[in-house]
Amino acid sequence: MLIPCPYCGPRDLSEFTYQGDANRTRPNPMSNDQSAWNAYVYERVNTAGDHREFWQHSGGCRAHLAVVRSTLTHEIKSVAFAREVAK
Amino acid sequence: MVEIVSPLEPDYHRGAHGNRDGGSAVTLSETQPGSIVQLAAWPGQDGAMRALVKTVTGLDLDAAPGAGAVDESSAAFGFAPGRWLVVDQIEGLAETLREKIGNDLGTVCDLSHGRTAIAVEGEKAERLLSKFYALDFSLAAFPVATAKSTAHHDVFTLIQRTGADRFDLYVYRSFARSFWHLLCASAEEFGYTVE
Repeated sequence: MLIPCPYCGPRDLSEFTYQGDANRTRPNPMSNDQSAWNAYVYERVNTAGDHREFWQHSGGCRAHLAVVRSTLTHEIKSVAFAREVAK
Repeated sequence: MVEIVSPLEPDYHRGAHGNRDGGSAVTLSETQPGSIVQLAAWPGQDGAMRALVKTVTGLDLDAAPGAGAVDESSAAFGFAPGRWLVVDQIEGLAETLREKIGNDLGTVCDLSHGRTAIAVEGEKAERLLSKFYALDFSLAAFPVATAKSTAHHDVFTLIQRTGADRFDLYVYRSFARSFWHLLCASAEEFGYTVE
């Protein structure tokens, strides 16, 4: 699988580190809402299809990336710098 | 200045090695720059940082990812968004840059003792590096003066093409000797000279 890094261009999967599901929203750190924290920590949508996820190009430019990947085909639909993707 | 000691020294054997049919197709050397400096620009200060690099070193960097510049004794290139490596044979470049950059543009990190610079040169340089990295080393895909950041297993490497058949590699000094062993072993089939 190749991931087209916005800075480095297409690179092999082995240069990247998966950083988790990008579909969840972190609750306000001051929040005591147990169900919100439970959902953030444990609940996943388990998408069959296009999945938003974070990756880091750890073996390259080290940028954090927001990737949309099909979990069915591993096709990479889009890649952007994570800092530029407003959640 | 503190003397920069080569981590390759015990295994740096000058001369011709490996396959001797047809001589050496690759030349390996440690370039031992006096200064290896990493610059990082604060958000929005990329252009100002590149302009400052030009003022201090004369090296003109454009905004494209991996863009670089080389002259006889110095080199500079981008290796990540808002980050550059500036290399000079002269010591003390980090202090010069730190004075000019101050606190407004970004940060300066002196890596002169932290990285080992290895030049791979010769007709088989592209082929040799292709054995290490999953990158296209052809001149069209990797033009002279541009750079790429990549890794060979856990040895993070910055690679700048400094000539049609020459690449300068920057690796962590703690991994450098192990990397050097592998580089020499991989170059045996082509025949190589250590300068």
